[in-house]
Amino acid sequence: MEHLLAAIATGPAITFPTISYKAIGPEIILVVGALVVMLTTSLFPSTRGTRTPSVLAALTALLAFADSATMWANFAEHGAYRAIASSITIDGFAVFLLVTISATTFMGTLLGSAYLSEGRFGTGEFQGLLLLSATGAMLLASAGDLIVIFLGLEILSIALYVLAGFEKRSTASGEAALKYFVLGGFSSALFLYGIALTYGATGSTNIAKIAGFLASNTITANGVLLAGMALLIVGLAFKVAAVPFHLWTPDVYQGSPSASVGYMAAAAKAAGFAGLLRILVSAFPTLRLDWQPIIWALAALTLVVGAVLAVVQNDLKRMLAYSSINHAGFVLLGVEAATARGTSASIYYLLAYAFMVVATFAIVNSFEDRETGRVPLEKLRGLASRNPGIAFFLAILLVAQAGAPLTTGLVAKFAVVSAAVSAHSYVLAVIAMLSAVIATFFYLRVVAVAYARGPRRRSLVSQPQMAMAATGTVAAEGEAAVASASLMEKISLPVEAQIVVAIGVAGTVIFGIFPNYILHMADLAKVLL
Amino acid sequence: MSVPGSWYLILAAVLFSLGIIGVLVRRNVIVMFMCIEMMLNAVNLTFVTFSRMLGDVAGQVMVFFVLVVAAAEVVVGLGIIVSIFRRRLGATADDLHILKG
Repeated sequence: MEHLLAAIATGPAITFPTISYKAIGPEIILVVGALVVMLTTSLFPSTRGTRTPSVLAALTALLAFADSATMWANFAEHGAYRAIASSITIDGFAVFLLVTISATTFMGTLLGSAYLSEGRFGTGEFQGLLLLSATGAMLLASAGDLIVIFLGLEILSIALYVLAGFEKRSTASGEAALKYFVLGGFSSALFLYGIALTYGATGSTNIAKIAGFLASNTITANGVLLAGMALLIVGLAFKVAAVPFHLWTPDVYQGSPSASVGYMAAAAKAAGFAGLLRILVSAFPTLRLDWQPIIWALAALTLVVGAVLAVVQNDLKRMLAYSSINHAGFVLLGVEAATARGTSASIYYLLAYAFMVVATFAIVNSFEDRETGRVPLEKLRGLASRNPGIAFFLAILLVAQAGAPLTTGLVAKFAVVSAAVSAHSYVLAVIAMLSAVIATFFYLRVVAVAYARGPRRRSLVSQPQMAMAATGTVAAEGEAAVASASLMEKISLPVEAQIVVAIGVAGTVIFGIFPNYILHMADLAKVLL
Repeated sequence: MSVPGSWYLILAAVLFSLGIIGVLVRRNVIVMFMCIEMMLNAVNLTFVTFSRMLGDVAGQVMVFFVLVVAAAEVVVGLGIIVSIFRRRLGATADDLHILKG
């Protein structure tokens, strides 16, 4: 007994890692905000179905954005550091992506509000889940340990599965959620096995320790390590929708509500690439000759398949899904370069894409058939004569995605291609430029449909027929005409969607005309090795 | 008595492969879901084995993280499955064919 007491009294002290709350500030803000949003709707039932939860969520996202911007200022002054037992890395790369993700989240909450303003159930749940998934994306961006990357990936994905199936009465939305869930869970398991094998081969899950181990040791039989690395790449390739792991993308984009898709396209892509770049550049720089060919093949396939299959789509959401696959190919171009310049180009591309895609889906949101999730291209025919404003902004966003001059689309594409060229990946650069040409075709096709002459409508529904419809003595012919007229009537965007479109178009055009500021930021955003 | 660590690793690899085959081959959503769980547990076995071989606790800590994440995934996954199949008889992936193109 005395021995025991003595052992307790004089035993070694237990040391804990210091928790730097500053390093996970934006994540804490988002989690607290999500709890506040969800508690508000459950404690005050009168706020359900109103704009209150959305306003709270948007304010939370703004706060997280302000905190991320402050972190950028701190980083510019004091430099990069690791925190919380090196499980979090706050470097330029992380903070740049934190800013990107919090901006995306702000636009996402507004777009969500536009979607929810149709008197839908679950206002608080939608916004709460959106904020939580953003937390996961941010953890991925600033991870310093494979465990944190895995947790971030799961926090991001699990919330997104629910958001994909949010249109509860629609079978298409449920199917999208299930497909996303099964393939997401599958890819997470592959990713996790990759972590386990890497851990077995290097003795650590910490990215800095893995890199240190690989730099100081030469592994003669590195089969386990290479298998682990390949599984890590495959797991993240599923998340960013790189071919041949893209099969879920078109179905999920089509079935899910546009508000979820717009946020998912921007945030999941940014987070997935954050994880991929962090692992490849920071943990496996010594294995560059092994992973570069894998990324090369992924990039080439993704560029070609994304562009070619987008051309044959007749549904706007499916087309945007293939276009997002094509964009993933361009980002992979910067990853493949395996240089600081390539990394900067990739994250710049992710920021530019985030602005374009959320704003595009803010417009698509108003054309979507909620039951099937479809947006047939024909629905846009003659849009320019009905809604010149919407057609104009949609055209700007689409030609920006195609890489038109005076938009961030061109700057981003130029940055990744020039990074590839300076890394001597000439063939890949040529493939990328050819796929950009094909991509231009399908973006312009949508613009052409929107600016085409609309179907005749005034002459079909003349005044007497309208009167007959009102009195209920209408002929079948007249009824059809009225139905087609209601299909072609003016569509007005909800005010939140207008704000998102304004932010997206302003970001795309202003930073496209004056690209230097953000490009300079992206250049500073190096990965801490 | 001692068992070589590689036996456990091989067992885990076999279980993981069976899980992959199950997800790709079986058409019942619940079974596909169980196969994913099997893959996660094969990973857990790998983690524990490596942890013992390396004499390092981190691998065993990782298992707890995986268990928690798997539980969260089960909640959301079953929720999605129930919400879809409440008005249907069976849970077969081939019945889900609205989304294509």
